[in-house]
Amino acid sequence: MSEVPIPKEKWTGKIGIAVLGSSFEDGGTRKSRLLIGGQTGMPFLSYEGATPNRPLFAGEVLDTIKDYPELAKKPFGDALEDPARWARVWVEQFGADVVCLKLLSTNPEEENKSSEEAAATVRRVLETVSVPIIVYGCGNVEKDARTMEAVSNVGAGERLILAQAEENAYESISKAAIANDHLVVAFSNLDINLAKQMNILLTDFGVKKENILMDPLQASLETGLEYSYSVNERIRLAALTGDSMLQIPMICDITAAWKSREATEENEKYGITEKRATWWEAATGLAALLSGASMLIVRSPETVRILNRALDDLMEEG
Amino acid sequence: MPTAIEIFKLLPKKNCGECDYPTCLAFAMQLANQKVKVEACPHISEQAKASLAVSASAPIRLLRIGVGESRVEIGDETEIYRHEKKFFHQTCYAVVLSDTLSTQERREGLERVNGLRFERIGQIMKMDMIGIRNDSGNLEKFATAVEEVSSSTDLPMVLFASDPQMMRAAVARVAGRSPLLHAATAANHNAMAMVAKETKCPLVVREDRGLDMLADLVQKVKAIGVEDIVLDFGPRSLKDLLENSTIVRKVAVKKTFRGLGFPIMVNAGAGERAILMAMISTMKYGGIVAFDEIDPAEALPLFVLRQSIYTDPQVPIQVKPDLYPINNPDERSPVVFTTNFSLTYFTVMGDIEKSKMPAWLQVVDTEGLSVMTAYAAGKLTPDTVAKALESSGAKDKSKRGDIIIPGMVSRMSAKLQEITGLKVIVGPKESSALPKFMKNL
Repeated sequence: MSEVPIPKEKWTGKIGIAVLGSSFEDGGTRKSRLLIGGQTGMPFLSYEGATPNRPLFAGEVLDTIKDYPELAKKPFGDALEDPARWARVWVEQFGADVVCLKLLSTNPEEENKSSEEAAATVRRVLETVSVPIIVYGCGNVEKDARTMEAVSNVGAGERLILAQAEENAYESISKAAIANDHLVVAFSNLDINLAKQMNILLTDFGVKKENILMDPLQASLETGLEYSYSVNERIRLAALTGDSMLQIPMICDITAAWKSREATEENEKYGITEKRATWWEAATGLAALLSGASMLIVRSPETVRILNRALDDLMEEG
Repeated sequence: MPTAIEIFKLLPKKNCGECDYPTCLAFAMQLANQKVKVEACPHISEQAKASLAVSASAPIRLLRIGVGESRVEIGDETEIYRHEKKFFHQTCYAVVLSDTLSTQERREGLERVNGLRFERIGQIMKMDMIGIRNDSGNLEKFATAVEEVSSSTDLPMVLFASDPQMMRAAVARVAGRSPLLHAATAANHNAMAMVAKETKCPLVVREDRGLDMLADLVQKVKAIGVEDIVLDFGPRSLKDLLENSTIVRKVAVKKTFRGLGFPIMVNAGAGERAILMAMISTMKYGGIVAFDEIDPAEALPLFVLRQSIYTDPQVPIQVKPDLYPINNPDERSPVVFTTNFSLTYFTVMGDIEKSKMPAWLQVVDTEGLSVMTAYAAGKLTPDTVAKALESSGAKDKSKRGDIIIPGMVSRMSAKLQEITGLKVIVGPKESSALPKFMKNL
């Protein structure tokens, strides 16, 4: 009888664990704290490692739907008009583990809502749902610095995830995170060396390593997905072979899928648009999961359902 | 290929020089680089020669299915991760039609398969194979169905039958098409392997009770004389699929087990789970995925995923240099130029689309380099831009008399203006600033 040797790699490193949210015991108001990370092998290869914490799904909530695609609106209806309501629909109806709030309205070149208004939105979301919250600014460095400070204070004790620290703009957000023991998303653009450098910059600045999440940039299915896929794999391999500065959980924003024209284009030849858009995002998400993502930011509830199903099947017992 | 030291250990170490190299080590180094054949050494033992042949052979066999232009190749892979080099032969997709369908239904099925064909940035993405499955249990019905389908398509075929006699009858009807036969199993392998051997068709070996038993069955099939083998381990779950595909690839590439060095086939079925299986198989080492059914909304993202994973990391995908209309431009709309690196093209195109402003996007051939890289390498110059505008007839499409250039190459403004006679407008440095820029034009 043949004996096929199981190619169990002997990894010397593992991914660190990040704690999202603070429960009542920890001084917060989340229903429970959630853990991500802790993987000890390449993604989902149970014969060589464990996935102690199931990857999580963060439902995307925007505080302005100016540029939000029509096709994505249906599942939420008029809850889209209020971030708190939208967040509740995500958690109660669609099973999102986490809510990802993007404060786009604070953009000085658009609505220019104040940082205080934005912080108030965060407070209302915190009061409406009891899952961990990720908070993004608008992308304007100066404004985001003020917004993150206000958000950090409003969310004190809740272990928010503040996003995002970038190579040339990481000090304010790090300060805001350190002040109230929040986590920070460290962003790099498809560059493993920069990804590592960001973690070094942040930890040197005073952010605890276990409070960092890495975002190596998730490219969409049509627009360079393979770059993200390979960067993610290389990061995971480096972490498992002992590079401690890369032993940090990865978060991937797969809403990027919705930017692809073919994902949402009305074209009979391409089949039912809604189904196609879902699979576009799901394919992006599946690639992210298979290459090492510990958390995904998602736009479509259907995508969450499909990927949860995939996770059930990838992580089945026995 | 083993290393020079590994080869040296197998050589006689006489340093006789008869191979035209001064020492055995020198010869070993040449052999490691495939600059010389092992036969050049007159004193190497047969055992050593055999050992070298094994370690120098491709870890996963190359298989060809079908004939002519639509013939597909699978296997011949050497990597576990695409970033270490590349994946060579992309996963092939097949749709399987039942022999119990009417002629009309089969024709419609074939039409649907042919409809799953999309062109993107100059590349064709489509289904690769047609399968016919013996559900009827009737030899004549199966053979007729196979013959019928073969006359309506050039696509390579996969024949699904568990009865070797029925398989033989069907293959006889499509002599010369080199179909893939599914499958040899524990119950039928002697007779089925004979069919494959005598008809010289590649053969799937199917065993879902574990890789050890599959390896045994493969050995038996090989002993009968079949070399062109595809593995079907009948995964029960996505976990099963991912793990076994990974194990098969790894032990083959790392040469820790020689008996499973063949491409993998998965019967995905239909529906959501089928697409998940197909996507995972595509990302992780799949050779063939067979569907009972797949619709365009599922196929398009799957095809693009396949194209993505199988691109060569060393070679950037290039877009065809041309003048691309965005948001329905006319002669009052401006021309913008960018390079033919696909990532650059899609980013800039997307941002202009977002602006909702009509424009003509001139893609300039820079051999797939981005704006800055191409400019630094001298591959993006006023001359190459001018030439691109000439070939595409941009000046006839837009009568405005100006051109918007990427902010990063503002230095070429004067020269470009001089050569083309167009007024140069320097655009933003970042594509993301294009929507605002376009609106303020």
